[in-house]
Amino acid sequence: MLEFMEVSKFYKKQQVAVKNISMKIKKGEFVFLVGKSGAGKTTLIKLLLKEINPTSGKIYYDGNDITKLKNRRVPELRRRIGVVFQDFRLLPKMTVYENIAFAMEIVGSSAKNIRREVPTVLSMVGLSSKANNYPDELAGGEKQRVAIARSVINKPQIIIADEPTGNLDPETSHEIMKIFTEINKRGTTLIMATHDRAIVDQMKKRVIELKKGSIIRDSEGGYYNGL
Amino acid sequence: MGFKKAKYILKQAFQGIWRNRMMSVASIGSVAAVLVILGLILLIVLNISNITLITKEKFDEIYVFLEEDLEEEVISHIGKEIRSLDGVFSVAYETKEYALEKMKEEWGEDADLLEGIDNNPLPNSYIIRLKSVDNAEEVIVKVENYTGVEEVRYYKDVIEKLVSTSDFMRTAGSVIIIILLLISIFIISNTIKLTVASRKTEIELMQYVGASNGFVRGPFMIEGLVLGLIGSFIAILIVLNTYDQAAVYINDKFSVMLSVYIVKPTVIVKDIVIIFITIGVGIGSLGSLVSIKKFLSI
Ligand SMILES: Nc1ncnc2c1ncn2[C@@H]1O[C@H](COP(=O)(O)OP(=O)(O)OP(=O)(O)O)[C@@H](O)[C@H]1O
Ligand SMILES: [Mg+2]
Repeated sequence: MLEFMEVSKFYKKQQVAVKNISMKIKKGEFVFLVGKSGAGKTTLIKLLLKEINPTSGKIYYDGNDITKLKNRRVPELRRRIGVVFQDFRLLPKMTVYENIAFAMEIVGSSAKNIRREVPTVLSMVGLSSKANNYPDELAGGEKQRVAIARSVINKPQIIIADEPTGNLDPETSHEIMKIFTEINKRGTTLIMATHDRAIVDQMKKRVIELKKGSIIRDSEGGYYNGL
Repeated sequence: MGFKKAKYILKQAFQGIWRNRMMSVASIGSVAAVLVILGLILLIVLNISNITLITKEKFDEIYVFLEEDLEEEVISHIGKEIRSLDGVFSVAYETKEYALEKMKEEWGEDADLLEGIDNNPLPNSYIIRLKSVDNAEEVIVKVENYTGVEEVRYYKDVIEKLVSTSDFMRTAGSVIIIILLLISIFIISNTIKLTVASRKTEIELMQYVGASNGFVRGPFMIEGLVLGLIGSFIAILIVLNTYDQAAVYINDKFSVMLSVYIVKPTVIVKDIVIIFITIGVGIGSLGSLVSIKKFLSI
């Protein structure tokens, strides 16, 4: 359902971010993007979200080339993709509940739907008791769980996570991965960029390794370092 | 758009205005300043056109106003002198009583303004028609020097001066107004940039979640619009009040006669309100658009 065809992105001054990337990701897959800092992981994610456009190549999502998508259609694309960041990006002036509800309000969900869905998702990430707390009052792992809840609330087909465990300790990271695994089991495609060797090695999922903007390995059930 | 969304957009807009109060005040002030100046220029031009219109019939006539209480002989002597001048086609005598009658007729509905006048302030006069306007200068200079002549008024000169003043005001005014418009659009767009910057995280997040462009831009558009609207309200108050007072002042200090040439304040209220609000809202929206285009392009 997702296909990159010979995608390259150069920033100004010929600086290569990604080069000649071709890959396919099927519905329901769980894919790790690994590689050293600057390898191009975030760039791939931005391309998929159409935050940036490739210098050349095509990106197909459900059969449509999103590089040709008009600006005003971008919100539709984004509604089908949930995003989780390393730095959580919660709105500090809203409670946990409101942060999640906000994502539904933005896409025009009814108040009734919001009242039904938010508690369900909060309980899935184990944060029902923190619904009325503000982000400041939460631990890092809890904040990330709120962010995950927010990313799934509009039932996207894909969740993209850019180093979601980057700021978390191993145990908390493990908790987060359990939630992602659960979400993936329910049929949502998961793409996760990470530096976290332990997690990748333990999950035994598909691993795509980038180096200086090119794919140097794409292995099913792979390890962080290849084998 | 649901009620919640609208509420969110409005709330964000007013928060933005409040968060950068200093800049908001500057924006409102700049819009008000542009409009006040525009208003003054408009009113001056409008009044000049009005005067031109009213006095147009007297275009090729020279009015010779005589001093008060002249002997009959002096009056007829002046008449003879004028008749004998080169270039004069005809001369008519008009008494002050007739002049007042004529004025009452011209004023129509407004004639009751004149009832308050105890003694007729108008002078006796000769009205000269020329064979050709080329002779005007010569005739005027001579007639001005007759004893018993208070003032010579040649409307063609006055009108031409007024028209050229009006043209000048229009051109100079347009330039000034365009510059001021650009400045206030610039100030508003900077104000909104501050709001955009202070809400950067939130905006990015909204875009990631798939908020429509309208929803993301809504608060900023409304913010600019409200700033422009407040600015135009202030300008409306200032301009209409000033004009009202100017009209009263002219009535009091000069004469009722002069005030007939002034466009009545009540006549312009609706137009000023419409023009000012349109321009104010326009400046505001344009200011927002400029800043949003730069910051929020996806
Ligand atoms: N906006 C930009 N302008 C210029 N160069 C950029 C920009 N964004 C990224 N790059 C460059 O593109 C390359 C790939 O960056 P990218 O952020 O995709 O790496 P990454 O794999 O996500 O790294 P990290 O693991 O540190 O997050 C880097 O060399 C980076 O310097
Ligand atoms: Mg990165």
